[in-house]
Amino acid sequence: MVTAVSTPDEAFTLPEGVAVRAASPLKEVEKLIEPSPIAVDISGLSLTFQTADAPVAALENIDLQIRRGEFVSFIGPSGCGKTTLMRVIADLATPSAGRITVNGVSPEQARLARAYGYIFQAPALYAWRNVLRNVLLPLEIIGMPAAERRARAAKYLAMVGLEGFERKFPWQLSGGMQQRVSIARALAFEPELLLMDEPFGALDEITRDHLNEQLLQLWHHTRKTIVFVTHSISEAVFLSNRIVVMSPRPGRILEIVENKLPPDRGLDIRDTTAFLEVAHRVRKALRAGHSYDD
Amino acid sequence: MTTDVAALPAAVWPTGGTRVAFHTVPVAAVLAMLFVGWYALAVWLNAPQVIDRFERDGNTWTSRQLVDATWSMARPVLPAPHQVARDFYQTVFATPIDSKRSLVYHAGVTVSATLIGFVLGATLGITLAIGIIHLPVLDRSLLPWIIASQTVPILAIAPMVVVVLGNLGFDGLLPKAIISMYLCFFPVTVGVVKGLRSPDPLQLDLMRTYSATRSQVFWKLRWPSATGFLFASLKVAIAASLIGAIVGELPTGAQAGLGARLLSGSYYGQTMQIWSALIMASLVGVILVSVVSLAERLVMRRQGVAT
Repeated sequence: MVTAVSTPDEAFTLPEGVAVRAASPLKEVEKLIEPSPIAVDISGLSLTFQTADAPVAALENIDLQIRRGEFVSFIGPSGCGKTTLMRVIADLATPSAGRITVNGVSPEQARLARAYGYIFQAPALYAWRNVLRNVLLPLEIIGMPAAERRARAAKYLAMVGLEGFERKFPWQLSGGMQQRVSIARALAFEPELLLMDEPFGALDEITRDHLNEQLLQLWHHTRKTIVFVTHSISEAVFLSNRIVVMSPRPGRILEIVENKLPPDRGLDIRDTTAFLEVAHRVRKALRAGHSYDD
Repeated sequence: MTTDVAALPAAVWPTGGTRVAFHTVPVAAVLAMLFVGWYALAVWLNAPQVIDRFERDGNTWTSRQLVDATWSMARPVLPAPHQVARDFYQTVFATPIDSKRSLVYHAGVTVSATLIGFVLGATLGITLAIGIIHLPVLDRSLLPWIIASQTVPILAIAPMVVVVLGNLGFDGLLPKAIISMYLCFFPVTVGVVKGLRSPDPLQLDLMRTYSATRSQVFWKLRWPSATGFLFASLKVAIAASLIGAIVGELPTGAQAGLGARLLSGSYYGQTMQIWSALIMASLVGVILVSVVSLAERLVMRRQGVAT
């Protein structure tokens, strides 16, 4: 199904300290991932934008399967179609050819069934609503009873560490806090699938690290399917169990890198050789894409 | 200092003593200059008549007498400020409100037409905007006509509205309110269309990911984002509505209203009456716009925009 899968197993050696801790979670991951049903199934998918002068192939012949409970990152330079691919999954863009199902149905049906939560590059908070009411927004739209709405919002605001900020308005918050509100808003209606489009791109590195760690914890505990778009190799390797490396003009998948780091990893893992080795493979794949351009 | 004042938002009300001074000193300076210029202009404009009279009576006159006379004529070309002030005081405070001579009574008549026209115009403007946003057909078919409607001079339309409605048996407030409505729906339509289209694509995409219905998108996203635009256009609209009501009183030979005062003042050379009516009209305009501003501040505060 995938265009290329590197087989890292022979090269994959964990350093001493990590290996001990990782031994059993590693098997757990395999157990959890392998038999789980397919959440997103894409085959032969292409998308061409009609522009004034010439059609632009944003996506070309994409084949990808994402299983339930996976954390998959799309990485690649600007214009490689990673955001477009995500928008196709979310039924915010329509492919020109190929087949795609989300939870076994068309993206539109999945959207109508509110199968996913989408987190955008910008927080996209509503300026006239305070933090609490921003998180309540999707719950109001799906028609949840008021008492349940409040409980849900409180739970997820606490999860992103924003209790006590309910009455603040977006302009009173830092960029990192605003993005956390948008994450709480996406989590609040408890979708099985989370689509995150460079959610931390505009944040400083310290905040980004912190939110990465929280996100990984969340994934580890809830086992949601997460599709994540990023520019950052280290972010992709730290978060995901599979990294889809893409290249531009036309947007296509170069390689899919498996990442078997333990799922309960901490930020320190980024200094281990195992981590660097995966990062190296991603970088190599990205570079291959670039040389293609030259 | 003047540039600092200009940079301040108009809605900032002075609270402390320094701020009062900060606001009143420049305003008072401009006002003083205005009065000096006005008195000088009154002398210049009224002098020929006064000199005529002096010469008819065969009197000699000093420049002091001339100036005094130009500031105290019964029917001057340009009345002096104190004459206007006296007339204004007489007709506003020293006359019973139910009297036909009371400026308050006339202002009340005009304000009723203004408010009815404003409510009708705002409703029409908002309705059109909602239609234009949701139906591309209306966007293409209606907007050119709406713009064309505003290129026709209101003075040309007003008499026809009055005559047609009069034939249908409507007189009094309604024809004037219709003219007000005609003037004030346009800024509302334009402003609200702009406002309803102001949500950024991400905010609209977000609604799509929730599979929100059209009415949910409207009430939870488009309408709240249009608030600022709505109030900006309502302020323009209520001022236009007042002008509409006054203009509507001119061709009807109306017996009451600020427009009627203006008209009868010019018929009988009662320039002081014209000036009093003008001052009353601008006062009413300021008050009406302030009321809309106040409503805006209350709504904005609820939306967390103003503190």
